[in-house]
Amino acid sequence: MRHEGKTEARLARIRGSEPPRRHNARTIAALTSNPGCARRAVLDAAGVDKERLADRVGFPAAFGQSRFAIVRGNAFERQVKADGCVELLRLLRDLLGLDLGDATYTDLGADDSGEGLDARHRVAKARLVDGPAGSDGANGELFDHPLLRLEVAGQEVYLEPDLVAFQHGGAYHVVEIKSFPVIDGQADGEKVAAAAVQAAVYVLALRRLLGRDDAVSHEVVLVCPKDFSNVPIAVRLDVRRQLIVLEHQLARLTRIDTLLDALPDDLAFDLGQAGPGGGGSPMMAADALTAALGRVSARYVPGCLSACELAFYCRGEAAGHTAALGIGVREELGGVGTVAEALGLAHGTAVPAADQAEAAAMLRTTARVYAEAVGDAAGAPGAA
Amino acid sequence: MSVIVAYARALAAQTGAARPVASVRHVHLAQAPLVLVPLTMAGEANAPLAAMVGTDEADPALLVVPQPRDRDLRFAFAALLGDFLLGYVERCASAGSEPVKPPRTPKPPAGGAAGAPVGARVGGAVGGGVPVEAGDLRAEEDALVAAAEAARSERFLVAPQVLVPNRAGVDFVRLFGRSTRFRSTVGQNAVPAVVPMLGRWLTFLAQRAENPSSSTLMAMTEALALHWATGQSALEDANLAALMAWIDPPDGISGREAARLAEDPLVSPPAGPTTDPLFDNRVLAPAIGAYDEAVALLREKADAAGVPDPFRTDPDIIDSRLADDRGLAAASAWPWASSSAIGPWLRAREEITGAVRAQIEPTWRLMWRAVRLLGDLPPAASVPRRWERDRARFSSYYAYLRDEDGGLPQARRDGAVAAARRLAALERELAAYEADRAFDDPVVLASYRVTGEAFVGTVVAAERDRRVANERGTLVTRPVVEVRTADPVRLPVGTKVCSPARPGQSAVITSLSPVDGELLVSLELSGGMGRAKVPPPGSVPEPGERLSYTSVLADGAFSAALPAPEDTPWTHGGPPAPYEPTDDDARETWA
Repeated sequence: MRHEGKTEARLARIRGSEPPRRHNARTIAALTSNPGCARRAVLDAAGVDKERLADRVGFPAAFGQSRFAIVRGNAFERQVKADGCVELLRLLRDLLGLDLGDATYTDLGADDSGEGLDARHRVAKARLVDGPAGSDGANGELFDHPLLRLEVAGQEVYLEPDLVAFQHGGAYHVVEIKSFPVIDGQADGEKVAAAAVQAAVYVLALRRLLGRDDAVSHEVVLVCPKDFSNVPIAVRLDVRRQLIVLEHQLARLTRIDTLLDALPDDLAFDLGQAGPGGGGSPMMAADALTAALGRVSARYVPGCLSACELAFYCRGEAAGHTAALGIGVREELGGVGTVAEALGLAHGTAVPAADQAEAAAMLRTTARVYAEAVGDAAGAPGAA
Repeated sequence: MSVIVAYARALAAQTGAARPVASVRHVHLAQAPLVLVPLTMAGEANAPLAAMVGTDEADPALLVVPQPRDRDLRFAFAALLGDFLLGYVERCASAGSEPVKPPRTPKPPAGGAAGAPVGARVGGAVGGGVPVEAGDLRAEEDALVAAAEAARSERFLVAPQVLVPNRAGVDFVRLFGRSTRFRSTVGQNAVPAVVPMLGRWLTFLAQRAENPSSSTLMAMTEALALHWATGQSALEDANLAALMAWIDPPDGISGREAARLAEDPLVSPPAGPTTDPLFDNRVLAPAIGAYDEAVALLREKADAAGVPDPFRTDPDIIDSRLADDRGLAAASAWPWASSSAIGPWLRAREEITGAVRAQIEPTWRLMWRAVRLLGDLPPAASVPRRWERDRARFSSYYAYLRDEDGGLPQARRDGAVAAARRLAALERELAAYEADRAFDDPVVLASYRVTGEAFVGTVVAAERDRRVANERGTLVTRPVVEVRTADPVRLPVGTKVCSPARPGQSAVITSLSPVDGELLVSLELSGGMGRAKVPPPGSVPEPGERLSYTSVLADGAFSAALPAPEDTPWTHGGPPAPYEPTDDDARETWA
């Protein structure tokens, strides 16, 4: 316990005068996509607002969401949940054969009484643990927006799934409502994959909360608009694979205190402003923030651009590395780390290390045949 | 990703300028391709917001849907786009046709390669634009196509070519085809007749785009990436503006700098179909809001005056080709509406049109710049043959729609047999296409040289008049050449290889022996040298000639025979129910 307190104090120091930023299922899903990135792990654990940080160091991220998409998403969720989820219950019963009986509907998210996350979580926990047993038997139950909790990199993170359905005599099913269409039984693969990872985060959180793996089904229910309409369609999605990956990655995420121990003691990313009410000058200047970023190592890959707010900064920093051109490029170049080194080996100006002999020979051949081929085709436009 | 492309990317990253990964153009470019830049509304299922479309950079049509959530407006947009696309299709079909040749025999014509250049450059017939006499290597494939087309006696000389900015643009075409092809022209939800026809043609285009060797519908980013490597990742290459900046930067700055600038959505709006979220929130949403209010006001006035909804019969799509007198027309047609009601409506339309135009026009110009860049490359030797197949497919689909009075829309899903057949055809065409590209282009061939599947070397010895007995005891001419190469050949003895310089001639590796760190490859040749006992000079490689040989060949590998659809086994769901469009298809809500 004393240890945890120390870590929290340390993270608070890194964050400085700002309140911590809340994690959500999407950021956890993204975190697991690049678990080797220490910079991301530290900033996320400390709850630093990466979007504002990127802005302050001169690499603003283009991560806005269109108002149209938000409106559509909210409208669809409202429609599905209208009248105590009658529409959804019909779907779960007819299409998925879930026996929910005359399920009751409980909204665990409606109460915005300002009791704080912890209180809301305690209510949700009590209802989820007792709820099914407490109800008089034959019926299932739908819980709207229960607040769950999951430990990520040593930190407690609050999560809010769209819905959790309890099937009498069975198990909980996580229900995820998304507004991308399922057209002729097919949907955008990337979006389904993202939804599956996100749902897997909820399944994991719910399993940890209930303390039993078999209490929560590995089949989640994805509710989407059908074809080009607003009519909802429900499909089962098996997230066993995502759960395995997620558990593996969460366990692998270096425990945050080990990471912190390796960092300088005065490391901070304070985005706040001095003076009462925060109206004064920034606590840290842009170059101080940039210097601080340089002290925590990152692992940039092009995929970061669609997942992390700091990606543009890291991309600039990673310029000259073969991985910045794509993992496939680095592999094709024999796993050589930097562009300069790969080209040096290819052009015979660098001496290969013992384990690079094979890669160097391949690169020399590549450089020779490319020069030959482009030379043979000289005169072609763009051959400059 | 090949090692050559990876190396070219590294070079580009170091120098800040894109590097060529092709020396010839591997795609067909029509004289007047139809460029289509679609935009959709975020969050909706492929709801069109606007499209800029045309075959002439100077004369585009801009179609705008002022309220993309309105179902009637979507169909009105589909009708306008349909008129445009069908007009283009008809122009292609009316440009004349040629008789389809009877299936060619797989035998190469005698002395077919006699005219092949002696001592040809590596890569052979570059830039001539003359189809390579395919000889025995590809005739089987051609025979298949020819047989399939035999029922149709004509093949159009011109086929449609549609260019969209990126892969998402291809998806737009596919989904918009899906959402329009089943619509009914009669009944409660009737749409103009052109709408389901648009759907059929868009679906035809999208299905052709699945075929890597087809140039009927192309994503510009992919066509460019086939020819140039940038110093950024493939993911970043999906941004057309950034990709073009690397390849063709403005004067005075490097490709890298230009690409960074082009990533700013304020400088280069996204090539769509999804628009920039900031643009949505700051510009488009208020403009659409003002339009909604203006339309509501007009409807209110019409209601008060006891006239029917003026937009019911005349959906309010903005078409840039129409003269800008909509205001005058409205004022005279709607005597019940005061100018204070018409004014805001006209202003809202103008506002939306201007905003959308500013987002779409930069991409439009980029598309045409890219067309010119690609056009500057000489076409690869096999491009006309591949385009002929595109023309054949177009001709037969056009004839089907004409003869069957519109025909049936393409099914939602393929049956098991149809899907297996389609997949096998795609795999075969992909293999043939990759072999073609290496054959046509020394830069593409270079990748296979690094992996040891192809080699370039100099002929050090040749025995032109060698004759051996074949298995029937007949003497046949089988010249032997020895090629010395520095390439790391990784081919076993007995491998069949072929040289782009003499496509009708095949060779078998008979021995490989190392000499001074290089390799001596002995090849036994057959075919492509005529019937004379001693092959004519030039038909067999001469000492001193520099040659390339590749083992990546488009051999017609036939897949196992598939049953007829009505014999589909139970393991695959049994025979599929014959597809009949139902009323449900047409009724499908679209809002």
